[in-house]
Amino acid sequence: MTDKTNEAWNGFAGEKWKKEVNVRDFIIHNYTPYEGDDSFLADATSRTTKIWNEVLGLMKKEIANGGVLDSDTKVISGIASHGAGYINKNEEIIVGLQTDAPLKRALMPYGGYKMVKDSCEAYGIALDPFVTEVFTKYRKTHNDGVFDAYTPEIRACRKSGIVTGLPDAYGRGRIIGDYRRVALYGIDRLIAEKEMEKAISDKAAMIEDTIREREELSEQIKALKEMKAMAAAYGVDISKPAVTAKEAVQWTYFGYLAAIKDQNGAAMSLGRVSTFLDIYFERDIKAGTLTESQAQEIMDDFIVKLRMVRFLRTPDYNSLFSGDPVWVTESIGGMAIDGRTLVTKNSFRVLHTLNNLGPAPEPNLTVLWSEHLPKGFKDFCAKVSIDTSSIQYENDDMMREFFGDDYGIACCVSPMKIGKQMQFFGARANLAKTMLYAINGGKDEKSGAQVGPMFEPITSEYLNYDEVVAKFDEMMEWLAQTYVNALNIIHFMHDKYSYEKSLMALHDKDIIRTLGCGIAGLSVVADSLSAIKFAKVKVIRNEEGLAVDYAIEGDYPKYGNNDERVDDIAVAVVKKFMDKIRKFPTYRHAVPTQSVLTITSNVVYGKKTGSTPDGRKAGVPFAPGANPLHGRDTHGALASLMSVSKLPFQHAQDGISNTFSIIPNSLGKDKTTQVSNLTAMLDGYVANAGQHLNVNVFNRETLLDAMDHPENYPQLTVRVSGYAVNFIKLTREQQEDVVSRTFHERIA
Amino acid sequence: MEEIRGRIHSEESAGTVDGPGLRYVVFTQGCPLRCQYCHNPDTWGLNGGKLITPQDLIDRIVKYKDFMKFSNGGVTVSGGEPLIQPKFVTELFKGLKAEGIHTAVDTAGHIDFSKDIEEVLKYTDLVLLDIKHLDPIRCKELTGFDNLRTLRFLDKLEDMRIKTWIRYVIVPTFNDTVEYAEKLADYVKKYKTVELVELLPYHEMGKFKWENLGLKYRLQGIEPPSKETVKAIAKIFNAKGIKTLGGGI
Repeated sequence: MTDKTNEAWNGFAGEKWKKEVNVRDFIIHNYTPYEGDDSFLADATSRTTKIWNEVLGLMKKEIANGGVLDSDTKVISGIASHGAGYINKNEEIIVGLQTDAPLKRALMPYGGYKMVKDSCEAYGIALDPFVTEVFTKYRKTHNDGVFDAYTPEIRACRKSGIVTGLPDAYGRGRIIGDYRRVALYGIDRLIAEKEMEKAISDKAAMIEDTIREREELSEQIKALKEMKAMAAAYGVDISKPAVTAKEAVQWTYFGYLAAIKDQNGAAMSLGRVSTFLDIYFERDIKAGTLTESQAQEIMDDFIVKLRMVRFLRTPDYNSLFSGDPVWVTESIGGMAIDGRTLVTKNSFRVLHTLNNLGPAPEPNLTVLWSEHLPKGFKDFCAKVSIDTSSIQYENDDMMREFFGDDYGIACCVSPMKIGKQMQFFGARANLAKTMLYAINGGKDEKSGAQVGPMFEPITSEYLNYDEVVAKFDEMMEWLAQTYVNALNIIHFMHDKYSYEKSLMALHDKDIIRTLGCGIAGLSVVADSLSAIKFAKVKVIRNEEGLAVDYAIEGDYPKYGNNDERVDDIAVAVVKKFMDKIRKFPTYRHAVPTQSVLTITSNVVYGKKTGSTPDGRKAGVPFAPGANPLHGRDTHGALASLMSVSKLPFQHAQDGISNTFSIIPNSLGKDKTTQVSNLTAMLDGYVANAGQHLNVNVFNRETLLDAMDHPENYPQLTVRVSGYAVNFIKLTREQQEDVVSRTFHERIA
Repeated sequence: MEEIRGRIHSEESAGTVDGPGLRYVVFTQGCPLRCQYCHNPDTWGLNGGKLITPQDLIDRIVKYKDFMKFSNGGVTVSGGEPLIQPKFVTELFKGLKAEGIHTAVDTAGHIDFSKDIEEVLKYTDLVLLDIKHLDPIRCKELTGFDNLRTLRFLDKLEDMRIKTWIRYVIVPTFNDTVEYAEKLADYVKKYKTVELVELLPYHEMGKFKWENLGLKYRLQGIEPPSKETVKAIAKIFNAKGIKTLGGGI
């Protein structure tokens, strides 16, 4: 071991993690659980406030400039493509920007040149002709590859919107590098490990899998070398392990920065770094070289950087996902398998940035909730939630059984073991539309085009439950196959043309890959089937005989009221579609999973879907994720939570998103009561196997006022489906959708 | 034996304002009083609502047991006036107690005390007792009846040692003076069983229901009390050693 490594690891316990790359083992042997309350926390320093105000000023300019402050026009982004960039060099503690200037966007055309070209055109950026020449003449992209292989059927499904949001024109994301490895081991050690991994196959037979592995490992080694060069531009040598807490944060951030310079991924999540970093903070504080205020200041500065992550994307993309999300998701807290809590003082510090810097959608702060979390931490989370609406919660007690105690959330709700697992992101299929295809014999209810297979349509005046279920089943089978085929093509091409070398360099050699499928429109499907079963649904057909609307006679149980009659239908649909997906072979033997998550595309999905048998009219938004449809959950907040918690996680291991909005007064009459009731709600939801909960605490009036006076609400943050958005950056339509969602309030 | 059924107006799975913690709240149908500020005039009629057996209700309620456990919450029967259906409430509470669930009844106490009421109280952990006014004449002006039954009911609660929260709806021009607050504080202070006084600033949120029912809203023009008024009233109680809750202060 070198002297630098000796110094870096001084006082750290455990042996295994020294011999092999094993961050979890390091954490378990060295972290200090914290069971106290928030009273130790320090306020923002004047330096922090100053630098944050400078960034806020830039963000204001960015909005005034139509959404993009500045962009590269010539430099193709790579890990070491740019020199150093600063906000204010003398004041920054943690350094590093994606380009040479703050909020300046980088060109990342490997996922798709078209996305870059369209974005530049939309924002009036003059792209250098040489870039165009290279990416149209000489260098094929992921997007080009995908469309070379797509089938006519897949193209038709894309066009009709029965599948939407496929990552076929941009980076797939949803991969989390284990950025902590950079701090714990230093780059040189990581390179040595990768060299050894590559040497394993030196004498093996060169078959396709082996050849690909060797090429990928070589790419990873190149990426690691570039990370050193990138850090060197800032005058930092990351070849050896980090010694101080400040270095640990800086090294970890450089690992992440390499990822976001290399890839414009749909979601570029951070992982689970807070408790890891706490080990370094604790060591420095004990040694007397760091104060609490300085520790908080380092975390605040780190978070300022994470709030500035930007990608160049088209306005269309932004309107689909509401604003400019990047899903810098950080997973916080949870419990260790040995029964200790993984909450540390740094778990508090990272949440405290919401107090020190004000609310913000990024990073996407995600608390891994367990019934067994210390009370002080639960209360603090609830307090910050009530004040900022910027936290989401996910069920650690449930996920720990599947993923151990060193997993993180990618994007919104997708759990994965850090450094050991990645996902092939698959957006989502529209099940409500699939049901309409079942009724119309594969014809699209809006265009009349034959998109699905030409099955016998339903011709009866009133819908018959058994008939609809049987036809829906066949149509789901067709969709699942088409959908999996599309994803196989997408991920084959992504690996080929836009391989995530910097992220994969921070993974083990042999990893678990999942195929992250997803469904949208679950509540619409459940309510429709319930209406057909328990009321009478009359079909209204147009002149061509296409079912275009429905009239309901009588009432029926609605999803979201803890009523088994309909909740069981929702549960069955989730399992059924998952089983269909499981039938088909996947690229690189990925393990199929699915999510019940729409992000904010519930609005777009609704737009593309005709009237449904539950009484929802054509074009009306779906409920987000696994939520009940707006206004149909009439039995109060807990009934709504209970319905969603019934959806089976074993058949939706990529996550089940629930967004919950409640007015402060309905949580209780004073702050103390509100905090204890919110923690009890979370405990109860988790105990009943709910997976994810976004918590918004505010009055509808606040949102209405923000729609009319956005200038007064620069930091108003709203949790949507699995992430948070800056409310004033939403389109008017999306704002109206958020306002129209069920607010749980009781007027007694 | 004839099966007992209760007449129910509605249910709420996540009540947080009628007793401690998260509570399943059952609103019963029917009330003898006609309080001018009533926010649930739709629960007055003795014949409306839906009929339900205690067991059906218990089956629904136990689904939320985890939430009650984590929040130290439970079930509150409110109304209407729940105590005009004592047999139903007794059966319901008996079942809930067997499930280990905390029970509360929200009442104005305007009932003739009887064996049946005593049965209810055997299974009641907490009574939320609404004292409209200490002056029987003012009380009659507001509710249609004097307060003798209510005050007698409080005596019984004291005898039976049933934990009680006094609810005090602060209505400007009616009971919001310092003098009245002092009088009420002195009155309830004598009762060992009174744990606290809950301050409920009058609000107009029930007004639309009166209009929907074609009734004339008689408190028209009365504004909710100011924060300062509520604060001053809380101070009076606290100074006499009585804990207060709520009031948005």
